Amino acid sequence: MSITNGRRRDPIEDPVRFIDERTATSVLLRAVMRYVFPDHWSFLLGEVALYAFIVLIATGIYISLFYVPSTAQTIYHGPYKPLDGQTMSAAYRSVIYLSFQAKAGLLMRQTHHWAADVFIAAIVVHLMRVFFTGAFRKPRELTWTIGLLLLFTSFLEGYMGYSLVDDLLSGIGLQIGYGVGLSVPIIGGPLMLLIFGAPFPGRNLFFSRMYIAHVFLVPLLLATLIGVHLALVAARHHTQFKESERTTNKRIVGAPLFPAQAPRSLALMFFTVGVLFLLGGLVQINPVWQWGPFHEWASENGAQPDWYLGWLIGALRLMPSVDVTIGHFTLFPNPVWGGVFFPGIVLMVLVAFPWVEARLTGDHGVHNLAQRPREAPNRTAFGVAFLAWVFLIFVFGAADRVYVLVGLGYQTLLLIFHIAIWVVPIVLFFITRMICRNLLASDIAAAAREQAEHEAIEHARALAGARSRPG
Amino acid sequence: MSPLFGRRTASAERSRSGDNGAPPGAGNGRARIIPAGQPDRRAENWVVACLVIAAMFAAGFVVGYAMFSPLALPNEYLGATLGLCFIFIGIALTIVAKRLVVTEEIEHDYPTEHPEAQSEIAQMIHESGSRITRKKLLLGAAGLTGGTLGLAAIAPALSLGPFWNTTPLDRTPWYRGRRIVDVDGRPMLADEIFENTFYSGFPEGAPMDNIGSPIVIMRVNPAQLRLPAARRDWTPDGIIAYSKICTHAGCAIELYRKPTFPPVEPGPALVCPCHYSTFDVLTGGTVIFGPAGRPLPQLPLYIDASGYLRAGGNFSARVGPGWWNVREKPIYGTY
Repeated sequence: MSITNGRRRDPIEDPVRFIDERTATSVLLRAVMRYVFPDHWSFLLGEVALYAFIVLIATGIYISLFYVPSTAQTIYHGPYKPLDGQTMSAAYRSVIYLSFQAKAGLLMRQTHHWAADVFIAAIVVHLMRVFFTGAFRKPRELTWTIGLLLLFTSFLEGYMGYSLVDDLLSGIGLQIGYGVGLSVPIIGGPLMLLIFGAPFPGRNLFFSRMYIAHVFLVPLLLATLIGVHLALVAARHHTQFKESERTTNKRIVGAPLFPAQAPRSLALMFFTVGVLFLLGGLVQINPVWQWGPFHEWASENGAQPDWYLGWLIGALRLMPSVDVTIGHFTLFPNPVWGGVFFPGIVLMVLVAFPWVEARLTGDHGVHNLAQRPREAPNRTAFGVAFLAWVFLIFVFGAADRVYVLVGLGYQTLLLIFHIAIWVVPIVLFFITRMICRNLLASDIAAAAREQAEHEAIEHARALAGARSRPG
Repeated sequence: MSPLFGRRTASAERSRSGDNGAPPGAGNGRARIIPAGQPDRRAENWVVACLVIAAMFAAGFVVGYAMFSPLALPNEYLGATLGLCFIFIGIALTIVAKRLVVTEEIEHDYPTEHPEAQSEIAQMIHESGSRITRKKLLLGAAGLTGGTLGLAAIAPALSLGPFWNTTPLDRTPWYRGRRIVDVDGRPMLADEIFENTFYSGFPEGAPMDNIGSPIVIMRVNPAQLRLPAARRDWTPDGIIAYSKICTHAGCAIELYRKPTFPPVEPGPALVCPCHYSTFDVLTGGTVIFGPAGRPLPQLPLYIDASGYLRAGGNFSARVGPGWWNVREKPIYGTY
């Protein structure tokens, strides 16, 4: 090796030195490289959501270069014959063009749609992991709150995304969204007129507004929230399960980011991206050419929103006919119960949970150790019950499909679910709590047995040692 | 030592695999940080194989893209090649993670509390006010400025659409004498309306995509009608019309329940496919099932001299999903 300026030339050290001399980041980078990742499969769920988000950005940029955000009417002439000669908006036309006449266009569109579904699903499963292991407790309550904001923002983003296509199925959903918006107490009418520019379907401007919100404003918000979320996780370090003597509330044990964790995380990224493209190519989703262009005077039976809004359609269907009026004024039009108050309550319960649990248990300490669900029977039971409540409402959102599968009429199903959404969670609460307590008790008994065996062996050894000593 | 990632104690970099005294790294004579591990040539071969396969899939994507026209190019082929390329890169990285890098187990302290820094921050903020004698007055003035500036910042948003004036929500294109046309624009003859089905109608010469435009028209047995007294002459020959837009959340009503065995089954009803609000046709659109909170607005009809259906006036109530003013009287002032 040649020696210049008193230093050996090193193909790695030279660029590192070059960058550090100009950015002063070596100390930070050295610490980051040895950042500790505790090892458990369930800690990877948030990463899957992150990688799905990256796919959303990449495929989203691609398809946004083809999309036309205009409801100006045009007549379709193109390779898809069933739509030939039909009047449709320029927006819908641009999506049909992308699907049939742009090479790889349909792949990008379907991958984008799959990535959105997987993104939200990963967040929900990640949320459940964090909840059932108590990882939301101090000092991570803010991380939890930002995660919830991410979840609800992603609902809005997905809804706007598939509504931009202006097909009949998503247009029905937009019409319902308008109805729910109108039902916001007192200000709903003016608010919807402001956003849409006119009574539904609004002025042509509305689609431009939704487009800008979907491709710029809300992704900016999502990216910022994700950045803050990750920064908070890194600042307080990740929680860990108590798997050995060395893991404590004060000491984190795991693999370093470099070189051990980096190939693992990158592998997960490539697997996630690969599966999403496989889905986008091999599994059809949202074939908008079959729904036809949107018309506000047409609907169809069996219509469902994307899965992550199923809980809202369920609530809208389940709520009985109740409008709250004050004289001639309507304070709570019916859609407000299922469309505004229900998601509002769910969000508030989840946001408040860390603080309420700390209050109720009197536990305000710092917790860096993740718990097994059985170690917190009341919390686990409440989580199961709350989840069951939302899940049953979600299932009812597809009651007309359930009828086709099972043969029970819609009115019968309505009656069953009116009772089930209250009874099943309560029953599940008590059953889950009992199971957790039994598991805990048997864990303690098993540990006590082990301890007793251990002591008996030590005692026997000591005795044998005393006997074998001469004299 | 960055406080963000915990203090490194002397034992923080202890590792369980490898040999700390082994060959020095980087040729600079220092002790190793990352312990040495055993080579694994087979694993290296597998990594190369996976990367070559991934490259083949990527090449297959490019070749397929170039060779076929858009309609001849199967989407499945593109998705499979691109997806499998990524999967094989992932497999290669997994082999690297498991066999070609040393997986250490290291320890760090969790970040500790810094009450001194916390109090110092608070102290600095307190002390910075040493020259201020009337804090509340200043804060009040700042609040006043901030509040009014905030209002000024929000005010231009009101240009996005009508806000204070919700009468656009009240308007429909219907008036007495307006002829009814079907979805293709043809005027509808009363003689072409048959029982046991429903027809969609629109105001002639007005935009179809207005919430107030679409109506459903049916023919029922006049003897079975039980409408309010004021609507006696709204249904010539038993032909009756309602707004097509559901009063729950605004979907178009597309289901018509017609009784198959009239003596035992419930009467005809309009059903919305979204949340299954059900409106009774014979009693003026009253809600008999489902979440809708208001009856379906009815449109008066008459048959003109040439036999065409025409509207006899505006709807009996405001159409579409409800809002604060939806039940306000008068229903349709001067329209």
